[in-house]
Amino acid sequence: MNWNDWIPLLVVITSLLPGLIIFTLAEDNVRARVMLNLFGAFAKLALVGLMLWGVYFGYHYETRLPLLPNSDLVLRAGPLALLFVTLSTILWLVTTVYAIGYLEDSPHRSRFFGFFSLCVTATVGVALAGNLITFLLFYELLTLATYPLIVHRGTEEARQAGKTYLRYTISGGALMLIGTVWLYSLTGTLEFTPKGFLSNIGEQHYPALIGIFALLITGLGVKAALVPLHGWLPLAMIAPAPVSALLHAVAVVKAGAFGIVRVVYDVFGVEFAAGLGVLKPLAWLAAFTIIYGSIRALFQDDLKRRLAYSTISQVSYIALGVAIAGPIATIGGVVHLVHQGLMKITLFFCAGNLAETLGIHKVSEMNGVGRRMPWTMAAFTIGAFGMIGAPPVAGFISKWYLGLGALNNDQSWVIFVLAGSSLLNAAYFLPILHRAWFMPSPKSWPHEHNFGNKETAWALLLPPLITAAMALAAGLLVTMPFSPLEWAKLISVREFYQP
Amino acid sequence: MAIQDALLAFPWAVALIFLPLAGALSCFLFPRIIRTLGLITSFSIVVSVVGLGWQLLEQGSYRHTIGGWSPPLGIELYADGLSLLMLATTALVGFAISIYSTAYFKPTLAVKFWPIWMCLLAALNALFLSADIFNLYVTLELLGLSAVALTALTGSKEAFSGAMRYLLATLLASLAYLLGVALLYHNFGSVDISLLAAQIQASPAVWAALGLMAAGLALKTALFPLHFWLPPAHSSAPAPVSALLSALVIKASFYIFLRLWFTLFEPVVDSETISTLLGLLGCAAILWGSIQALRQTRLKLLIAYSTVAQVGYLFLVFPLSASMGSVAWNAVAYLIISHALAKSAMFLSAGNMISFGGHDRIADLDRVVQRLPLTAAAFALAGVSIMGIPPSGGFIGKWLLLEAAVTQGQWYLVAVMIIGGLLAAAYIFKVIGYTFSPAKVMHEAQSVSATMQWPALLLAIGAILLGLLYVPVLSMLSISDVVIASGVGL
Repeated sequence: MNWNDWIPLLVVITSLLPGLIIFTLAEDNVRARVMLNLFGAFAKLALVGLMLWGVYFGYHYETRLPLLPNSDLVLRAGPLALLFVTLSTILWLVTTVYAIGYLEDSPHRSRFFGFFSLCVTATVGVALAGNLITFLLFYELLTLATYPLIVHRGTEEARQAGKTYLRYTISGGALMLIGTVWLYSLTGTLEFTPKGFLSNIGEQHYPALIGIFALLITGLGVKAALVPLHGWLPLAMIAPAPVSALLHAVAVVKAGAFGIVRVVYDVFGVEFAAGLGVLKPLAWLAAFTIIYGSIRALFQDDLKRRLAYSTISQVSYIALGVAIAGPIATIGGVVHLVHQGLMKITLFFCAGNLAETLGIHKVSEMNGVGRRMPWTMAAFTIGAFGMIGAPPVAGFISKWYLGLGALNNDQSWVIFVLAGSSLLNAAYFLPILHRAWFMPSPKSWPHEHNFGNKETAWALLLPPLITAAMALAAGLLVTMPFSPLEWAKLISVREFYQP
Repeated sequence: MAIQDALLAFPWAVALIFLPLAGALSCFLFPRIIRTLGLITSFSIVVSVVGLGWQLLEQGSYRHTIGGWSPPLGIELYADGLSLLMLATTALVGFAISIYSTAYFKPTLAVKFWPIWMCLLAALNALFLSADIFNLYVTLELLGLSAVALTALTGSKEAFSGAMRYLLATLLASLAYLLGVALLYHNFGSVDISLLAAQIQASPAVWAALGLMAAGLALKTALFPLHFWLPPAHSSAPAPVSALLSALVIKASFYIFLRLWFTLFEPVVDSETISTLLGLLGCAAILWGSIQALRQTRLKLLIAYSTVAQVGYLFLVFPLSASMGSVAWNAVAYLIISHALAKSAMFLSAGNMISFGGHDRIADLDRVVQRLPLTAAAFALAGVSIMGIPPSGGFIGKWLLLEAAVTQGQWYLVAVMIIGGLLAAAYIFKVIGYTFSPAKVMHEAQSVSATMQWPALLLAIGAILLGLLYVPVLSMLSISDVVIASGVGL
């Protein structure tokens, strides 16, 4: 028994425990709540940093507890798991600061932060899960923890959005459950293994395996918002801005995308999956989602809705990268997990700032807002350029590797998808930037709050600036060790295409 | 060491039957301290179960002949892993409900509630410790009558008609069961289960006997389509009583069914046809009960129909036990316990919501999440287990059943279980959704004491934790001395 066996569990507990304690705190006990949140976030960050260092030098971190006969609850910190854990941990910290500023004086904050912590707990669990049953456990916990955040405002509209969200996610979870049980009855194991654990299975089971793949990917596709399973996402915009930010950047949609990576690489094995012929349909579906989401985004006037459709489109880059197969495209897909997270959370923070400070919810109200809130809009601009894929912001790197990987695998049609998507992204982001920076501002804003001579509260302004800076850094400093790209290469070498 | 030996030799099983009877008597005699007496008795039951459990772990399954008369003449008590699990569940759920009841019942009702509840507890314990079919009949009858009396406790018109239906159903069921017992006794001259199992042979009389017993037990367990009596009875009773009925009482008759199936039924009947039939009825129960639950506008009726659905899952063990005996067996034990915990938590939290708002209209729940957070949490956590979402006891039970069904290629069972889970999510989140939003009509809210909120929450947390306690629960269940052909421990 040594310490390394417990660190993955501790990483989960550092947000679970504060969350549970926060539920019991009185509403006005702001200080204790903030302390608990920040303590949890920093403790988690320290542990994750430790593991990043350790894994880089080849240490092994794994917690194993009995759960079911023959399948344990396994939390294992491999390189891929750490990529997602690091992203969630950093963005949780930033979002917590943002949420403290955003929800100042609004009711039911104990409940909000409690579920917020549970949501992160579930995400980290999803990331660290070392077998499919553990993954499923945290994946379902994520559904349950996000529901109260979506209905947080308690309005009839929120209740309906929550209902739709559950319809999609619970059904998706049920399909995954069938797939998992079926897989278990065929193989007797569910342990994530590099190159998958299915290659020994007899050929008579191949049709069943295709069915299982379809079940698992459909279940994951709900959260990853693959068309036509995306219907819940635009409605979930009813939630408060920090929730949307976290939902879109790390928690829910990413859990789905991450699950797809796991299933393709560590359950089926990418070569085996390609041999089954299941990757082609996945690639087409992802490509269709990319284009469809962008086109729908063009026609949204509501800023958050436009961003939501943009998420639908962008997250499918990850699925696309995985489905193209081959090391280079996979690096592109996996690194986009981080890049999209940084960029999208920036955009949502900015949207929240506009709503909270000036009461702006619509694109058409954004005329001249760049002069009123220059810092916020600067961060927004960086995020938007990243989405379009303009160098040097991080989004460019993802697209570059995706395109290169597609060419390497003789799938040049992907280039057209990427180019089309970039054009469409430009078409729905550039007009916003144009309005914000070059149009004259109106005489008064819809609902302005006064923050003295600052453009908005510090707690609201710092988070987007930090994440925007990180998105920029991830694009500029790609060759540094521990940059997302370098880490994605490490994942590719160590986990996916190990010699 | 002397104390240890003395404790190991202590007849804990006898205490489990004797203590609640003594409790019932003293509740009659000293109505002024009735709550204290009831609580002490409930707690002593918990202690006795721990003692019995220790005995079983040390010495394997347990037999005790009362007064030294051995069967077929005397009465024998028998306990193994399954009985222990049932007794432990009864003790824990019973204790939580007792705590709740100290705050729930006004003095006028308390003097009626406690003695009957103690009788019911004695009947339950005796039932789980019985090893012959006649004793089982006696305990079943005592159980049924106390349950009916508790249902009618408030004396309202609604409760009375619910209790009346329940009374007729339970008497009819007991009668059918007794006829079966008489037929078996006539043929084999014994009522002891293990003696019968050794002698039993297929014959028309035996089939008739088993058919009657099975029908009686299915009626008591409220297996679709014999569930007609359950929703009115369970929804009109006071909240702690509803919790007892749904969590424990119907499990008792199912427990007998389960025992008799594997010892007496399976060897002599065309088990494949009948188990398929039971499975189909279980499927119908799951679908019908869930759909009815979804259609309800009153909270307690919704929970009662959910019980009808959950009973259906229990009967899926029969078609699945053929080749996956041990998995299906563990599954059903898990489902019984987790349903007992979750459903009692649900009824207790429904009781809190009724005390709070004075009604149980789901659409008018009026921000219960903010105003009764502990109760809302109890309902939601219990709901997680009922839906079968991990981590929870309900999930493990369902996972094991699914595993058995997929391995045997019984895809219709897989489909029904999954649809049942989705419907359960639909009706539970229907309630939870309304607890977040304000009602159209505002009403005066009454405060609800912590004594009523915590038991519900703790039961629900228990249902969740059960999802992480697979190993200890299983080691408890595996205490046995008889192993039959399909690998099922008895």
